[in-house]
Amino acid sequence: MPERLTRDDVAHVAHLARLSLSDTELDTYTDQLGAVLDHAADVAALDLADVAPTAHPLPLANVLRDDVVDACVDRDEVLGQAPSVEDGRFRVPAILGEEP
Amino acid sequence: MSELPATAAGIAAGVRAGQVSARAVVDAHLATIDATEGEVHAFNLVLADEARAAADVIDQRVAAGEDPGPLAGVPVALKDNLCTRGLPTTCSSRILEGWRPPYDATVVARLAATGAVAIGKTNLDEFAMGSSTENSAFGPTRNPRDTDRVPGGSSGGSAAAVAAGFAPVSLGSDTGGSIRQPAALCGVVGVKPTYGLVSRYGLVAFASSLDQIGPFSTTVADAALLLDAIGGHDPRDSTSIDRPYQPVGPVLDQGVAGLRVGLVTELMGDGIAPDVAARVREAAEALAAAGAEIVEVSVPAVTYGLSAYYLIAPAEASSNLARYDGVRYGLRVDAPTTAEMNAATRTAGFGDEVKRRIMLGTYALSAGYYDAYYGKALKVRTLIVRDFDAAYEQADLLLSPTSPTTAFRFGDKTDDPLAMYLNDVCTIPSNLAGHPAMSVPYGPGADGMPVGVQLLAPALGEPTMFRAAAVLEAAAPSLEELAR
Repeated sequence: MPERLTRDDVAHVAHLARLSLSDTELDTYTDQLGAVLDHAADVAALDLADVAPTAHPLPLANVLRDDVVDACVDRDEVLGQAPSVEDGRFRVPAILGEEP
Repeated sequence: MSELPATAAGIAAGVRAGQVSARAVVDAHLATIDATEGEVHAFNLVLADEARAAADVIDQRVAAGEDPGPLAGVPVALKDNLCTRGLPTTCSSRILEGWRPPYDATVVARLAATGAVAIGKTNLDEFAMGSSTENSAFGPTRNPRDTDRVPGGSSGGSAAAVAAGFAPVSLGSDTGGSIRQPAALCGVVGVKPTYGLVSRYGLVAFASSLDQIGPFSTTVADAALLLDAIGGHDPRDSTSIDRPYQPVGPVLDQGVAGLRVGLVTELMGDGIAPDVAARVREAAEALAAAGAEIVEVSVPAVTYGLSAYYLIAPAEASSNLARYDGVRYGLRVDAPTTAEMNAATRTAGFGDEVKRRIMLGTYALSAGYYDAYYGKALKVRTLIVRDFDAAYEQADLLLSPTSPTTAFRFGDKTDDPLAMYLNDVCTIPSNLAGHPAMSVPYGPGADGMPVGVQLLAPALGEPTMFRAAAVLEAAAPSLEELAR
């Protein structure tokens, strides 16, 4: 049974999820997520060592098509939806020198 | 509207026979929208010009002696998480504002190919996360039967559009009950098909192993008509079931004589309002009167379903929603570096409930907690499948409430996410198992608001489920006494 969710946990998870939270939001989410995880304690406490997990309702298999040229979405139409484009590519701010 | 057919089946028959004009049908529904959409807010976008143009094409084809198809001239409202080429698709989120998909969802293309006319994109809880349509970035939808109350969620706009007469049928998506619960609260029919029966291509993903598209309607026959139009294998969706589709329309009148129907013990006790439970027992009696055998069955793992769902669905959502990064479409909030731009965009673009679920999912998947939460939840999913398998050895169908209560009032649960989540207890298990389920209106509750009863079937059990639904529809106490 994991320990109760802390404010630092929420701050860390928000960082991983690329969300910026105010101090008030951190407090609110710590309470609310804690309540949901407390409710999930009935699951966390179960002894399921011999049970196989089910990730998906269908038995999944790779689906491949023949390697032939087919119609696809229009490149300009796709790029036309982007906030910023340059030379037929998506444009983003600097990525070098960032913190990981 | 009085001289025009009220059901999709009636409209399609009239249009195909040249007795009713598709244009008149569309104009009549647009007039109803004009009159009361301001109170209900079922739509994010009404496609008035597009619908009129599409209806005119249908009428021209009929005049030329062609058959436009089984849904000829039927107005359909589409949940705004279904991609419509060149038309805004928002998921009721700021982060997708202004986005126009470069392709149609398979269900949208199939409806158009059968003669249906898209009349609007309906409001939803942002990215289909919620049980009341209060989480939309564009404001809530109101229950047409009492505008002080929620329509349910997340497909609240699609349910309300049908209940308000804006369209005879609509499409929603159901990840944990998002079709069936609003159908129950608005007093209409709502169907979640077997996972993989309907293509998810072009449905904006929330939780990919749980999401399924399905119909809303006022009659069981209309739900069958719509499901038969959209069901079947799609090579563009690798999780689509690759086998011939069994239509449900032809079996609707086959009755339930000899079928065993199981009342789910765990969903008839604590937490279920007494007036709702009473309606479910009446529905069981109606099925018995029609020749079914009613048995009590236990599906113990459903009590863990809710906890498992609120770990699995957010985990999948946190992964699916990582694509909203401000780079390729939708909102971008500028910042000096890409990481800062990503965070600024997501912080500004997502609402509270979406952020809550992304964080819940990220936590459940994170190192140190994966085994305790996500891993355990996947094992509980196995238990639910096993328990359903055992139940379906004793019964052909299962019966339960759709929602523990009738429609609640705005704001009642918005500050308490857990209370809101508990509302999905009856609907979630069939998403985890991938099984079909549907909600059929069964009279008013103690407060005069609609009660929905839920039929559950094993995978690909839609034909049997629809047979029972038709019997329940014929026996159901009228909702007419409800105040509009």
